[in-house]
Amino acid sequence: MTLLSIDTALVIEKLILIAVIIFASLGIALYTTFAERKVAAILQDRPGPNRAGPFGLLQPFADGLKLIAKEEIIPSGANKWLFILGPGLAMTAALMTCAVIPWGDKVELFGRTIALQVADINIGFLYIFGVVSLGVYGVMIGGWASNNKFSLLAALRGASQAISYELAMGLSMIALLMMTGTLQLGEIVKQQTGPGHHWNVIYQPLGFLIFLVCAFAECNRTPFDLPEAENELNFGYHQEYSSMKLGFYLFSEYINMFISSAVMATLFFGGYDLPFFNPANHTPNFAATIGIITLMAKVVMFIFFFMWVRWTVPRFRYDQLMNLGWKSMIPLALVNMLVTAVVILMRH
Amino acid sequence: MQALTNRVIAVNRKPITFVESLYLWNILKGMMTTFSHIFKKKPTIYYPEVKRPFSPVFRGLHVLNRDEEGRERCTACGLCAVACPAEAITMEAAERVEGEEMLYREEKYAAKYEINMLRCIFCGLCEEACPKDAIYLSETFAPANFNRRGFIYGKPDLLIPNPLSQAADLALAKGN
Amino acid sequence: MSATHILFWFLSALAVVSALMVLFSKNPVHSVLWLIAVFFAISGHYILMNAQFLAIVNIIVYAGAIMVLFLFVIMLMNLNKESEPRKNVWMKLAGAISAGSLLMILVSLVGQATEVSHKTLIMKDGNIGLIKSLGKILFTQYVVPFELTSILFLSAMVGAVVIGKKD
Repeated sequence: MTLLSIDTALVIEKLILIAVIIFASLGIALYTTFAERKVAAILQDRPGPNRAGPFGLLQPFADGLKLIAKEEIIPSGANKWLFILGPGLAMTAALMTCAVIPWGDKVELFGRTIALQVADINIGFLYIFGVVSLGVYGVMIGGWASNNKFSLLAALRGASQAISYELAMGLSMIALLMMTGTLQLGEIVKQQTGPGHHWNVIYQPLGFLIFLVCAFAECNRTPFDLPEAENELNFGYHQEYSSMKLGFYLFSEYINMFISSAVMATLFFGGYDLPFFNPANHTPNFAATIGIITLMAKVVMFIFFFMWVRWTVPRFRYDQLMNLGWKSMIPLALVNMLVTAVVILMRH
Repeated sequence: MQALTNRVIAVNRKPITFVESLYLWNILKGMMTTFSHIFKKKPTIYYPEVKRPFSPVFRGLHVLNRDEEGRERCTACGLCAVACPAEAITMEAAERVEGEEMLYREEKYAAKYEINMLRCIFCGLCEEACPKDAIYLSETFAPANFNRRGFIYGKPDLLIPNPLSQAADLALAKGN
Repeated sequence: MSATHILFWFLSALAVVSALMVLFSKNPVHSVLWLIAVFFAISGHYILMNAQFLAIVNIIVYAGAIMVLFLFVIMLMNLNKESEPRKNVWMKLAGAISAGSLLMILVSLVGQATEVSHKTLIMKDGNIGLIKSLGKILFTQYVVPFELTSILFLSAMVGAVVIGKKD
């Protein structure tokens, strides 16, 4: 079964895995929009959307249908191709990270052992970082192509925020990297599983905190949602967008939230590891299923945390945001890195 | 200055302490506050299924009254139109002819009676001005409409069902 | 023709076409975007050589950071047709000649270099480009240049802080 010296079965297996992961991410992001409204409502003593379908469960489809049915407007002075490219880039960058996340351990299907990870590449860590740094383009191109000075200013605001917090995020990741000694995400998860091993958050609480704050900033979530501040900063880089293109931008934010939750669960909370559960005692398929459910539970908890913070904390002013990023987060991450290095040196 | 209520809190102008400058502790406190709201009772009323009762003094949409025999009470005297501060009421009077005694109580009646619900401020002065107990404000409000003409309510919209010939409709309109 | 070959030719074509588009685009923002496409194609080449670290660092540093700064600058400049300065024909000719001679020198140098001639590229395997071996080499064989580079970076950072400070 070789065509062009490629294992065709492997290609098919990976394609199916990619399709499943992408559709699962989209589905989860779809229901994250619903969860956002529901959580907001519950935290504010309201029932939330409850009309479309039982418990309002069809609400996201109604929202999507509404967005598709709306009029598509491309401003006359806009750069048409880049205007269309912007939301696509945002969406692509958001979805690309799922390639390296280990969603579970191996399963055995049709006599093949399938790893539930699209690519356990040598540089998984850096790959995430690279994709995060590409996320800026969707914002910048969309903002510039709109031919609107408010969009442009918002795009600059958003891009500089993303770049500033990328640095602290990278530095906090370096401390973790020094501990694990590998960049492979699958390997990092394996180090945290099994008896006698602890989740990385126990060794890196400060690193996790910095990573969490930076993840908030990278996903444009409150208190760092200045790129889309509707009320006081005249909306954001997607000011001129309408219909499904706006939907793509908003949707990519939710995908980002899902993916960053998965990354945090993988790096700091043991990925698919369930404490006091030894996968060796069970059949591989059962263990993998438990693993996937565990990871999803962790992700859901993180997503709830994201929303909980959003409906508690007001947004920062822009100078406060920059001060926090450059004068608090980066020095803290550096200190964290130094302390980690010293501890590793002492233990050797 | 003496405080008017015991709920006055003086503005705290102290520089922020170290713990406050860390943000995290205060954010955590705020998050606990929002979290406690998950378990609070929700005051929402699920509108079309559950309706909030109107207060007994509610002034809503007007009705034109009939007497016990089902005759219109209004005599088109125009006092309500004069009393109306929003000038929402217009009417045209007509004389009752032979054979219409069952329809109109007095010799004069309103051939046309219109209230513009967009002008009306629901003050209830028409109700007070009426010497014949012909106009009352009910406990409903004007439903939405697509055009302005739809808000000009004529006699067919305002008159209550005849208590003799349309007793069932009247009971329904009264809400029981 | 194996899949690696097909990928190689595809990426090469993509790189060359995108590079030409960088030059021929009227709109500077388009040029920047085509340049990003070039970087992606080159990263693809690195991956074909199993130099994963180089590939991703190329994307992080060039596509993710430097090109964003380029975009920043270009977006904030008022690049209308009216404000574009008219270029002298002689200046254009001089530019073409100097660029052409630079290209010629580069091509002849690469052609004459003994280190690369008669050597085939290792595709798909080889672990020189992996982060472990790179790290080892950097911290043993090339430790002095590495430290010198870090001092250079430090001085650049200090310079940036000095420029950025209010006085």
